[in-house]
Amino acid sequence: MLVLALGALVILGAIFAQPAPLEEAVVAAPPSPERPTSTVIVPPAPLEETVVVLPSLDGHTGTVIVQRGGERHVLNRPFAASRLAGGQSEMVQLSAVEVRQSFAVTLEALPARPTTFLLYFVRGTDELTDESKQELKKILAELKQRPVPNIMVVGHTDTVGKLEANDLLSAQRAERMKGFLTEIGIPASQIQTAGRGERELLVPTADNIDEPRNRRVEISVR
Amino acid sequence: MRWALLVCLFCFAAGVWAGDVGQIKAATGAVFLERQGQRLPATAGMPVQESDTLVTGADGSAGVTFSDNSVLSVGPGSVLAIERYAFDSTTHNGHFDASLKKGTLAVVSGKMVKQSPDAMRVRTPSSIMGVRGTEFVVKVTEPGS
Repeated sequence: MLVLALGALVILGAIFAQPAPLEEAVVAAPPSPERPTSTVIVPPAPLEETVVVLPSLDGHTGTVIVQRGGERHVLNRPFAASRLAGGQSEMVQLSAVEVRQSFAVTLEALPARPTTFLLYFVRGTDELTDESKQELKKILAELKQRPVPNIMVVGHTDTVGKLEANDLLSAQRAERMKGFLTEIGIPASQIQTAGRGERELLVPTADNIDEPRNRRVEISVR
Repeated sequence: MRWALLVCLFCFAAGVWAGDVGQIKAATGAVFLERQGQRLPATAGMPVQESDTLVTGADGSAGVTFSDNSVLSVGPGSVLAIERYAFDSTTHNGHFDASLKKGTLAVVSGKMVKQSPDAMRVRTPSSIMGVRGTEFVVKVTEPGS
């Protein structure tokens, strides 16, 4: 039994150890399962590498520190690059155009950035304010563009009323939003909801204070 | 029967949550995840785990979003190993070690780098990168390939 299982594992291993079929497509010869991968000799030619720092969406540029052998390149300006070519390691300044072009397919595949939206409610209800109703339309339109969104909806209240009642209301607010999200086709399994009542005030207030900015939901999308 | 159902439910839950550190958001062309010696075709929605290796074919590209809100993508002909990943959503502490063996990579760092600037490291065959924040791209070309 054990021998059989081991045999099956070896066979499976052999199948999965094959090079990817997509690599095979380039080679003229038909794929041969017996061909050991170890006979492919990689020439000891020098490697080429490029690391480039990009400005983020808000215009700020971060820092990447590249350690290559004994060299240390601190990249902290837009499109500053650390490059290894022809055995030479150097820091160079690239242009936005050449970087965007050279990495076009890769940058295109970058998922939409995780983000958080805030919406506000009419006092004591799970009805959005008129302004937030307009905002919701924009948010739903944006969410439709995301291929497989994971969403967390957290409801909140102001400090008017009892703690328990506010826990309930905040949960209702979150659930109401979940309803809008499932209506546009986002699977309910991808949406988590929670109510925090008056336990996490955006604007700290005393008890029983009517504060519109605390009557909110946070919709976090990943 | 009831036990079998329970076990199934557990497996499902485990499959969805245990060890999942990110999710494939987009996959175009040939894209695979190598996990524990298996090569799984990768599609949008598929979870990504620590120790997975993301592999794309000559026509492939893929985007992944991680639990700390970092996002990354790989272009055609890439091999990217997610060597170590952990993130504590309460403290925002964690670590993220990835290794680009070949191909192209774009990264937007997330919450753990904001919390501790040494949390994320990306390796290439020749170098190691410390990520102090935000966005960068990497290309590794093996001559002759």
